Parts: sequence; C-alpha cells; structure tokens
Amino acid sequence: MTTQISMAARTSSEPHTRYQALWLSLGTGARRLLHNPLTGAGLLVVLLLLLVALFAPWLATHDPLAQDLNRSLHAPNADNWFGTDEFGRDIFSRLVYGSRITLYIIALVTVIVGPIGLAVGTISGYFGGVVDMLFMRITDIFISFPSLVLALAFVAALGPGLEHAVIAIALTTWPPIARLARAETLQLRNADFIVAVQLQGASSARVILRHIVPMCLSSVIVRLTMNMAGIILTAAGLGFLGLGAQPPLPEWGAMISTGRSYMMECWWLVAAPGLAIMLVSLAFNLLGDGLRDLLDPRSE
Amino acid sequence: MAMIEIQSLNLSFGLDGSRVQVLKDVNFQVREGESFGLVGESGSGKTTVLRCLAGQYSHWEGELRINGERLGRTLDRDRCRRVQMVFQDPYGSLHPRHTVETALGEPLHIHGIGQHRERIGAILSKVGLNDSFRYRYPHQLSGGQRQRVAIARALILEPRILLLDEPTSALDVSVQAEILNLLADLRQREGLTYLMVTHDLGVVAHLCSRVAVMQHGKVLETLDTNDLVRGEASDPYTRMLISCSQHKSRDRDCA
Amino acid sequence: MSEAKLQVDNLSIQFINDGRTTDAVRNVSFSLGREKLAIVGESGSGKSTVGRSLLRLHPASARISADTLRFGDLNLLDADEKTLRSIRGRRISMIMQDPKYSLNPVMTVGAQITEAYLAHHRVSQREARKQTLEMLEKVHIRDPERVYSLYPHEVSGGMGQRIMIAMMLIPNPEIIIADEPTSALDVSVQQQVLSVLDELVTQRNLGLIFISHDLNLVRNFCDRVLVMYAGRVVESIRAADLDQAQHPYTRGLLAALPSLTQRRERLPVLQRDPSWLTD
Repeated sequence: MTTQISMAARTSSEPHTRYQALWLSLGTGARRLLHNPLTGAGLLVVLLLLLVALFAPWLATHDPLAQDLNRSLHAPNADNWFGTDEFGRDIFSRLVYGSRITLYIIALVTVIVGPIGLAVGTISGYFGGVVDMLFMRITDIFISFPSLVLALAFVAALGPGLEHAVIAIALTTWPPIARLARAETLQLRNADFIVAVQLQGASSARVILRHIVPMCLSSVIVRLTMNMAGIILTAAGLGFLGLGAQPPLPEWGAMISTGRSYMMECWWLVAAPGLAIMLVSLAFNLLGDGLRDLLDPRSE
Repeated sequence: MAMIEIQSLNLSFGLDGSRVQVLKDVNFQVREGESFGLVGESGSGKTTVLRCLAGQYSHWEGELRINGERLGRTLDRDRCRRVQMVFQDPYGSLHPRHTVETALGEPLHIHGIGQHRERIGAILSKVGLNDSFRYRYPHQLSGGQRQRVAIARALILEPRILLLDEPTSALDVSVQAEILNLLADLRQREGLTYLMVTHDLGVVAHLCSRVAVMQHGKVLETLDTNDLVRGEASDPYTRMLISCSQHKSRDRDCA
Repeated sequence: MSEAKLQVDNLSIQFINDGRTTDAVRNVSFSLGREKLAIVGESGSGKSTVGRSLLRLHPASARISADTLRFGDLNLLDADEKTLRSIRGRRISMIMQDPKYSLNPVMTVGAQITEAYLAHHRVSQREARKQTLEMLEKVHIRDPERVYSLYPHEVSGGMGQRIMIAMMLIPNPEIIIADEPTSALDVSVQQQVLSVLDELVTQRNLGLIFISHDLNLVRNFCDRVLVMYAGRVVESIRAADLDQAQHPYTRGLLAALPSLTQRRERLPVLQRDPSWLTD
C-alpha cells in the first residue's frame, strides 16, 4: 500500500545518465548492506584480508621463508608477535603472506566455478528437455561424492600442489551453483519480460546472457560468498593432508598440519593459523548472509 | 483487406493420455486498421490465441496469415517487426534490472537498427513520457508509467499489429482511462491494427469496433460492438456476459 | 442501521521504514452498524491498511493512533494480544482477495472449516462436521459431502471463495471485513459470490466492511461508501446517491470508467488536485 508513496520519495533525485542511475542504486545497496552490524564486521574482515594480502611485504616483520634454527619454537614476544615455528620462521609474517595464498585459491576457484555453474545451470534450465536431462545427470554425479573425497581423488591423480588443489576444489563446488542457476532460470523462463524479448526476435544466447544471467547473478554471488568459507576450509584441509600447497609455502592449513606435532608444548603454532582460518571463513559467511538479505528478493 | 486471418486454429497441451485441447477450430479475421476485441472468461483460450499469433507457441495446427502471408511455426525476425505484444502485468513485463533505455534499446540492438538515442527519445514522447524517464529502473515507475514503457517497447520496432493482452486490467481506473486514451490515439496516428484480449466489456466497447466472444476454446460468435452494446448478441453466453457487466451498474442478479 | 458495532475516530497509520515515515492513513473516521459499508480507493489509498488495522494485523513497522477504535464495548487500541486473538475469527473475520493463498493447500476444505468451527466452539468432531456441511450448503455448494473432502487446488476460484466465506462465517462473527473478495474472479462467478455474501450478511444481521477498487460493483452491493484518496476519506456517501457525489475525485473515478452503455470518444482523465491532500 505504501510502496507508491515511498517510490515517489526515492525518485525525487532523478538520474540523468546511465552511470548515475547505476551509482544511485549501488549507493542505496551499500547503505542497506551496512545496516546490519554483523555484515559490516564481515565486510571489514574481508577488506582487511585484501589489504594484508596487498601490502604483505610492508606488513611482514620477517622473511616468511627465512629459517633461523637458533630461534625455533619461541613463544610470542615483542620481536615475533605470534612466535616462531620449528624452523625459527616468524609465524606472523607467514600468516601475512599466507593470506595471499588463501585469496589466490578463493579467487581462482570463484573465477572457475561461477561461469561454469552459471553456464551449465542457465542453459539446462532455459532449454529443458534432453539438454537439461544430460547436464543435470552430470551434475548429480559430481554431487553424489563427498566433496573432500572427490578433491582428494583428483589431487591424488594429478599430484599434490596448489594449482591442482584449486582445480580439485573447483570440481567439487560448481554443481550446487549450477543447480541454483537452473532453479532460478526455470522460474524466469516463462516470465513476461523474458517472453517479451523472445518475441522481439532475440536469440537464445542473447536471452540467456543479457536477460537471464543478470537475474541469476545475485543469488549466485551470495552462494559463492557463502561457499568461500567452505573453499578456505577445503583448501586448509588439503594443505593439512599435505596435498595442497607444498612446503615451504606458508599456506594456513599446511601450517597447522606441520605445527600439530608440537601442539602440546607450542600452542601458537596451531592457534594462530587456526584463528586466521576461522576468522576469515566466519567473515565470508556473515558477508554472504548480508548479501543475501540485500540481493535476494524473496527475503524482502 | 484482412490484416490478421485465423483459420481453424487448433492447439492442445499435454501428452496423449492427458491431452487438453485449448483451442478448438478458432476462426476470425481482423481488418487493417481495425481494433478487434477478444472477450471471454479465464480459461477460454483468448490469451492463447494471442500467444500463437505472437509466436510464443509453435505447435498449433491450422492457418495463420498476416497481411495475406502465411505464418510459419517458428518465429522469425521479420514477423517480430510486424507483430508485437503488450502484456497484462506491467510489474512482470519489464526486466527489473534494466533501465528504461536498456529495455527500449534491446529490440533495436537485436534488429541492428541504429540511432538509438533519437529513436528512444521519439518513442518515449509518443507514449507520453519525457526524457527524464530514460535512466529509471522499473521499480522507480508507477504501474501506468510501466505500461507506457511496455507499449513503447512494443512500438519501437514499428510493427503494423499490436497484440494487447488485458493491457489495463492490472491498473487503477484513473490510470486505465489514460492508457486507453493513449492506445486510441496511437492507433489513429500510426494506423495500427489492434487485437485486444480482455474480460471487461466496457473496455471492449470503448476501444474496439468488432468483438469475438470465446468460451472453452471456441469462438461463440463474432459481432459488431454496436450490436453488442444494443444487446443484439445471439449467443446466450454473450447475453449472460453483457447482462453481468450491465447489472454491475444496476441490479445484482444474473447468472 | 441500529447502534454502531464499530466506532473509529481519527485513525492514523504511519509506516516507518529506514527512518523514513510515510503516512498511509490519515484521520479516518467512520462507524459501522448492521450495514454494508464499502471502502473504495485506488492502489495506495490505504483502504486495505484500514481493514487490517481493525484486527491489528498490520506489519511491525506500522504505528497506529486513533481517538477511538472501539468494537462493541471493547477498546481495540489497548487490547492485548490474547483478547485480540479471541476476537479475530470469532467476532470479526476477514475474507481475502485470493482463496488460493488463504486456504491451506495440504488440508481438505472440510477439515479447514471444521477446524475453524472447533477453534471457537467446544463440540464433538461429529457435530462440527455436521455444522460444516450445513454451512457449505448455505453458501450454495451443491454437493457438500463431496466438496468436504476436496483439497483447495481441486476447487475453482468461485467455489474457493464461497468456501472461504463459509469458513469465515461459521464461527458466527459480528463483523466481516472483505478485502477485494471478488477481484480475482470472472464476472459471472463474481455475481454468485456476491449474492451468497449478501444473503448471509442480511440473514445474520452482520456488519460488513467491503474493501474494493470497483465503484460500480460497490454501488449496488453496499449501503454506504467511503471514498479514500491518499490515506484520507474524501467522501462518505450513501451508495444510492453516488451519482450526486460531491468530491471531484469520486466524480473523476466514476467518469473514467469505460461503460457499455455510454460510449465516449475519449475517457475523461482524472486531474489530481494537490489540495485534496490538505483539506
């Protein structure tokens, strides 16, 4: 009942160019996103992670790879803020550089998974029939394995290493995205605005790319953000099992793995990277929740 | 000369066992420049006829002709430039993430037509919107404004025929009057042929010169609007519809 | 029109969203006796908000204020949730626009009506069933035994709405609020539903608030009409006198309607006057 009234208020500042229109809607979006303090906190941590990764050389107090056996297993102190590991490497500096690896994994997995999931989902939802059948059965096969087991199998086949871990994780994370995109597409397929462009003579590719994908994008972004926590954990898991990043790379999961043998006496070896993993995955979850409130029309 | 010719149009949905025939031998003709109404209650198949003509359904049987040319089953670009459709729900027929300019530019892109700025400006002023609407999103428009944009989108390819699917039934009475006036003006100025689906006899009487009454997928009768108004309908169902909508303004028993 | 069952004085409702306040309803006053009162307006006029606020079914973001909001000898404004629950359905019930969304899809129609009856009456299951069947008959459903065991998706829109009416009337309320009860229905069915509603309201001597956008429908069906514009009542008039409506908005609405009998070249377009918002 009040929507019309509030709409009138919103349009009082009229956009005069395309960019201004976009900017205005982004502005209201950002304001609503920060409305929830938890989302704000999540966003803050994620931004912090980005900054740390960007400025790692300036933030790190030591060389993350430099060994100093005289200073091995030191407890946190003024020089080594989070202590040192069994080779005398500074844990704080390793965490700082490790953030780059974490972001690298997240970014690469997202870049692979997003487009694949969207493409498979929208195409099978839009065309339906045999195409849908084929694509969805393939998706089912991937979903039917526990993701860590599937990832393990792939890494075992390809050999350990960071890039292989990324590929393995990507293989296990695209199917849910595809299903989500398909469900959205099925709903959209018969919407009047899609029928309208079809009747204007738009090709299937054009309808999918310009009209359906933008509508699926928001829920896919939300899902990807929520997935990032899972990606970090799987990466850490693979690192922990020695199948992800290889020594001496300061990957957080691998740090926990190697620190585990000294865990009883030197808690900081495990606690510092463990906390980092927890904090970052929590932050991505909170951010994803906030984005869902913002982007998902069903939650309004 | 007949602009739209529909001859023994049949359409059914579903597989053999649960096959439902939605259209049964539909026949009628619409003359060039005429405004033709298709009246019926929900489930009568009136919108389905429209969607067959527009090209949304392709498994119909029978013959459809536009300007004497036989229509194929598949939708080609040439047909898109001759027949366009305006939908019932102005809230669902515009892409929620596209500005007015993007929505209107899309058909031009598809058909490789240039001079977007000028054409969009011209079409907006034709439907009674000024340039300040160009960069707005649908959620920033009222129902009537959205329907104007939808009409502009249908007209930007300069079609000869406009298919109108209950274009005003989702609007308030005062806005409905504005849109009906706009449609009447546009038809006169551009020489368009209208085929309008509606359940509201008042709207038909206002905008259309001839009417086909549909029930259960069949055309019961085709008659002149003047006859309809004078109560000279021959079919009992048509008489019932008329008495219901007249009784709305006098007495309450019908049926 | 005997004593007032419902008295509303200066009802105002505001919505607070993101710190912005919008006035949905401003200083609405009316009283309802044993009559059929229509509230008519276009979308955004606040007509449904008024209907909902009477049962205090408004969203959490709404702020209600009124000088009087009295139902019988009860002050609805101060009533606690428990009192309100005992009123809703039992003494004031509400019929919504689309039966598809107001009926529970996984329960049979009969079970839902029986439940509505049992919620307010301490009787045996058998007695409740008997009452339900009688009620279904009263809303002119031909084969109540068969309809009793149907699920909502198996009945047509018109029958669904009559079932809703049965369900809302079985606890024997004193007031019914009907929010666009026939706008989702075809014309021929519309008349059926309205005559059923009319019959029961007259028979049982109830008060009916009929919320609608359709002036023509309302003018035959109701006794009195409140015309709302932008949250205000601009005119209150006997339905029979609508032709002599004073307010330009009411007259504009009536004129803008395309009609079968009076054909005009152009429909007069409503000119909205900003002064309607202030006086």
